[in-house]
Order: sequence, then C-alpha cells, then structure tokens
Amino acid sequence: MALADARTGSGEPPKVSLLYNPALRSVVYQVVTLVVIIGAVWYAWNNVVQNLARANMTAGFGFLNSRAGFDLAQALIPYSSDSTYFRALQVGLLNTLVVAAAGIVTATIVGLLVGVGRLSHNWLIARLCTIYVEIFRNIPPLLVIFFWYLGVLALLPSIRTIFQNLKEDPNAVFFISNRGIYMPAPVFGEGFGVVLVALLIGIVAAIVFTIWANARQRATGQRPPVLWINLALVVLLPLAVFIVMGQPLTLDYAVPGSFNMKGGMVIGPEFLALYLALSLYTASFIAEIVRAGIRGVSHGQSEASYALGLRPGQATRLVVLPQALRIIIPPLTSQYLNLIKNSSLAVAVGYADLVAVGGTILNQSGKSIEIISIWMLIYVSISLITSLFMNWFNAKMALVER
Amino acid sequence: MTETITYVRDRFLEQEKPPLSDSTAIGWIRKNLFASVKDSVLSLVALAALVYFLPGLINWLFISAVWTGADRTACLTTDQGGQLPAGWNGACWAYVNDRFVQFMFGSYPRDELWRPLLVAAMFVALLVPFLMPKMPRKGLNALLLLIVFPVVSFFLLLGGVFGLRHVETSLWGGLMVTLILSFVGIVVSLPAGILLALGRRSSMPILKTACITFIELIRGVPLITVLFMASVLLPLFLEPGNNIDKFLRALIGVSIFASAYMAEVIRGGLQAIPKGQYEAADALGLNYFHKMTFIVLPQAIKLVIPGIVNTFIGMFKDTSLVTIISMYDLLGIVKASFGDSGWITPVTPLTGLIFAGFTFWIFCFGMSRYSAFIERRLDKSHKR
Repeated sequence: MALADARTGSGEPPKVSLLYNPALRSVVYQVVTLVVIIGAVWYAWNNVVQNLARANMTAGFGFLNSRAGFDLAQALIPYSSDSTYFRALQVGLLNTLVVAAAGIVTATIVGLLVGVGRLSHNWLIARLCTIYVEIFRNIPPLLVIFFWYLGVLALLPSIRTIFQNLKEDPNAVFFISNRGIYMPAPVFGEGFGVVLVALLIGIVAAIVFTIWANARQRATGQRPPVLWINLALVVLLPLAVFIVMGQPLTLDYAVPGSFNMKGGMVIGPEFLALYLALSLYTASFIAEIVRAGIRGVSHGQSEASYALGLRPGQATRLVVLPQALRIIIPPLTSQYLNLIKNSSLAVAVGYADLVAVGGTILNQSGKSIEIISIWMLIYVSISLITSLFMNWFNAKMALVER
Repeated sequence: MTETITYVRDRFLEQEKPPLSDSTAIGWIRKNLFASVKDSVLSLVALAALVYFLPGLINWLFISAVWTGADRTACLTTDQGGQLPAGWNGACWAYVNDRFVQFMFGSYPRDELWRPLLVAAMFVALLVPFLMPKMPRKGLNALLLLIVFPVVSFFLLLGGVFGLRHVETSLWGGLMVTLILSFVGIVVSLPAGILLALGRRSSMPILKTACITFIELIRGVPLITVLFMASVLLPLFLEPGNNIDKFLRALIGVSIFASAYMAEVIRGGLQAIPKGQYEAADALGLNYFHKMTFIVLPQAIKLVIPGIVNTFIGMFKDTSLVTIISMYDLLGIVKASFGDSGWITPVTPLTGLIFAGFTFWIFCFGMSRYSAFIERRLDKSHKR
C-alpha cells in the first residue's frame, strides 16, 4: 500500500540513469555503427586512391569504350576483337542468360521427373532416383563441370576423325566432336517474317479461343475440342503460310574447313559442360523440393478427391499439384537463383559468360573495382528480378484466405 | 441376474496365409516392380539401362582398372606407348595412389607431415564427442573445438614458433586446404551470422539497413565474385604496400560469403520462436543480451540445426571454387595434376575427378546423414 502510494504520489516516472535509457542507447549504438562503417569506407577509399596512384592508374568507367582485342567463342550479337569492352560485357551477359535459361528449363524438367520418381511405388525407379539425388547433391558443381569438360567431352572424336568419317559418309549433317556439336544452321530467307507473323496470330487466336471455350463450358457444360483446334491454329496456320510463301528457309550445313568445321551451327563443349553440369546438379535439389512439396500435401486431400470420383491423374493435376506448388515455389526460387549464380563457374572452363569476359578484361586493363562492381550490380539485379517474378507467381498461387 | 451363454466358439477358422505380396520374393517383385502395365514398362526400361551400363561401369572402375604402376606407361595402351593391350579403357588408380600424399597435403614439406596429421587427429578427437548427443561437457568441448583447436592448429601448421619450421601457406594444398577453408568458414560464420541475423531483426534503422544491405548484397552475387573481391580488391583496400597472404584472402572471402548465408538460416530460427518467449523474457526483467543468450538463441539455433548443417555442406562444396583464383584445394590440386607430364594419359582426368568427387561426396553425404539424424532426434511430432 505504501509502495503504491509512493509511486502514485510522485506523479512522475522513477529516475533512471541516462545510461539505461533505451532510446538514448539505441541512438548511441547506431551512431557508433555509422562511424565505424564510414570510417572503414573512408580508410578503404583512401587506400584505394593511394594504391591506384602508385600503380599509375585511374578509376572510372571510360575504359569500357576502348578496344577489347580478344575473341569470344560464342557471341549471340555481332562481336569481333575490334569491338569495345562494353560490347564484350554485353556478349558475356547474354551468354550467362542463355546458359541460365537453358539450365533452369532442363533442371526443372529433370528435377520434377526425379522428384516424382522418388515417390514412385516402383522400387527400382525410386531407388535409382534416390541414387541420382544423393550423388549429385553431394558433389561440388565445379567438379561436375570439370567431369563433363575434361572427363567426357574431351574424349569425344577429334575433328580429324570427323573428317575421315566424312569421306566414308559424305551425306552426314550432324557431327559430335570434342570441339562441339555441329549441325545445320537455319538461314531465314525473304518472307520469313510473314511466317512469324502467322505464328503470332495463331498463338493469339489460340488464347482467345481457349478463353471463349472456357466461358462456353461454364455456361453450357459443353467443351469444344480445344486441344486440336489450338494445335491447328499454332502449327498448321504458320506451316500453310510457310508453304505459300515458297519455303523461305534454307539450311547452312557444316562442311570441313582447313582445320575446323566451317559454317553451320556449333554448340561448344564449354557450353555443353556448363549446361549439363548446372542442369543435373540443380535438378537433384529441385527433385528434393518437389518430393517434399508433394509429401507436404496431406494424404486426406488425395483420398477426398478419390471419394469425389476423380481419377488418379485428375486428383494429381487438380488437387495435389496446385497445393504442392505452394510449398514448392519459394525454395524453387532460391534454386533458380543458385543456378544463375552458379553459371559464373563458366570461368573455369572458359565459356564466355559475364564473369569470364569480365575476368579477361580485368586481367587486361586492371580495372578491378569497376569490373567487380559491374558484376555485383548485374548479378544483384538478376537476382532481384527473378525473385520479384517468383514472388508474383507465388502470390498468384498462394492460398486466398478469408 | 444370470446370463445363459448360448454359444461358445470352440473351433477356430484356419489361419490364412499371409498375402503373397508380403511373403514371397515373387510377390514382392510383383507388388514393387510390376504392379501395373506402366510400372512394368518403367521397371523393364530401368533394368535394361542397368544391365547395359552397370557392368561396363564396374569393369571400368575396378576390373580393367590399373592399380599399381610408377608412371604413365602403366596406364597407356601399346599404340599410345604403354604396355596395355590396344582398346583398353579403365581407371588409372595407380596415378591416384602415386599422388595420394599430394592430394591430401599439397606441397607441405614431406618431413613435416606429422603436423597436419596431428591437427587432423586432434580434430577427430574433438569433433566426434561433440557430434554425439549423449557425450557430456558440450560447453567445454565446444570451447576446445571452436577456440583452442584453431589457435593450436594455426601455430602447428604455419610454424615459425616454438622451434617449428615455418611453412608458407603457398605450400599448403589438397584436402587439407579444403578442410581448413570450410572449418574456418564455419567457425567464423556461426557467430557472425548470429550477429547479422540479430542486427537484421533489430529495431534500430541504421543497424538494420547495414545488416540487410550486407546480407542481400552477398547473397545476391556468386561466390566467385566475392572471392575475386577478396583476392583482387582486398589488397587495394588495405594500406599501400601491404602483402596480404593469398590464403588469408580466400579465407576472408569464404567467411564473408558463409556469414551472409548463415545469417538467413538463423533469422529463420529467430522468426520461428513465438513472440511470447521474447515477451516472457522482457517480463522477467532480462536485458537484451541475457534475453538472447539464455532464452531466444538456444531455442532458435536448436530449431535450425538442420539448416545450419546444410549451409556447412554448401560451404564445403563451395570451397572448391578457390580453384578458380588459382589456389590448390583438393579439386585444384587434382586438376593441376592432369598437366603433370609423369601421368598424362587419356584416362587420368576422369580417374582424378572421380577420386576427388568421391572424397567430397563422403564428407557431404556424412554431414547430410548427420543432419537427418539430428532432425529425427529433434522432431517429436507424430508420424502417420
């Protein structure tokens, strides 16, 4: 009673030393943090300036406009050794995106198959899938890349063997050698644009038709043959236009040159090694994610859908998978991001990706700060865009709760 | 009240045989391999693939493989200049055998090998009881393993004191470097990750922003760029004329990278602790430090042990990337040995990579098994 009286009587909070004031403490901590960070940056900056001055170098991005002077094996946009560093970096970025996109598609398909396979009632299939996952998950991706590059692709027939085989079988158009896979390249003639437009029209028409078919099904309960009509729209229409336009497409065959194959299209061993390694490595992780996702859907869900009379395929497609996707998407996103980041291992086999090209420029020009900032900026942006997209997709898939 | 029992069963039905699928091998095969047409097709395809590939693989790895030999001629066919019959193809284990010490210790002076071996023995002696949940004195064990052991190993491996010969880090290599890199990464990343995670969840805006920026920046870029940063930019950032050890640079790069990932794992644990625990600690009058060390962190870390072990596995695999900044970890030294004129053969790269892959695999697989074991131990929920 006396205590309470004493507290209420004074009318103001008890005196606490300023040392224990949470607000003040927080301000002090933050000021200290800020001072330490600024101090570290200032110290580093000061040293960079001095170090650069010692080496007679200047900082800045002006070097991007100077001549690169090196060749790149795979360039999707016109590039020669006379192009600028900036152009070389663009080529590198494109190559990174190409190998990452191809890897993501393949890894998702393989991962999905293996993940479902691990849950199979078939003992042999389940075991094989488990072995696959346990092998690839526990080996460094770099080692898998070397395995393909040095261990497998390097043992393929040499160009000289290909030349000899060509003498025996002059009609061959498809060659697998240790310098890559050669195949005919399509050359688009005049009027091919019309075919592309036809394809575009076909796709749009198919989408419109599907929407109309869905509305009709909801209204009348009858469903038109969507699949066949859509196939006709997307495949037959462009094909008809292609024939009408006089087949404006020729193939450029790879033919033996003096030291190497000439013409045609070539997929280099560097790309193949990186692509195969990234796909197979990431697929093992995706398989585990898929497995966990499917197992995460309660058993009652599939039982309930059987009770409603759905066939097993329908139950999986309409009930289990949509729910499993919710569990799968977030970890899948981080695996995609990992794959994109792991594509930087290209530098180990000399595939001209962003890091490999940047590393060459770094060695030539010594602009380490600039190159590393460019790398970081680009990778952080790619990561950010990918996670934004996947977050959007996730939100679309997420359970709408009341 | 009496009850008359009108019927008592005195003869029992004969016991049924167990269903075929549970009793005989044929039943098992039918149930597990040929349950439906689709299953049968899949099984046959898988079986055919196994019959096609497995004998060749076993033959390549073991039967045709060369196990002993002094140099490359042991693994070359007659038309390549060796003794083996033409058309031979198999693993060249003789090469791994010959290079084994190099693969383990790099160029560490051969008469000083007792030092890394002693460190390895200490490591095993401290790690095994640490990993066994039933062993007592975990605190002392952790202190010895995470603080005393690294210091002792540092002096033992580097030398230059107590009459030990100085061994430069450029001579280190092989599995030893892989293990050192990942161990240091683990020892640094755990406390650093905890601090970063706490900072990220703190209510102080500047501290929070700094932690988020660091974590997201490092997690957004590949390890190789962080390693490049450590190996190329770090000397620029330090005082002019510094000559910071290359091995130390790689260590810093790996530690920075691992800390950012560890921070996110630990943040997951912190978020999973119910708010009531924080509030109860506040109500007891604990300050922030006590609240975290006694109430929140012990629960949070226990919750994310599997995640932490997974991060360790990732880190262990990632250390192989130092190969790219021309350091000789296990993968680096195996790859470098492909160019060794004494052992150039067509099968050397494949053999070496399989050996390195198997070594990595043993460590990672062991860690993932341990993680699964801990997960089962911690998981008290009922399974259906």
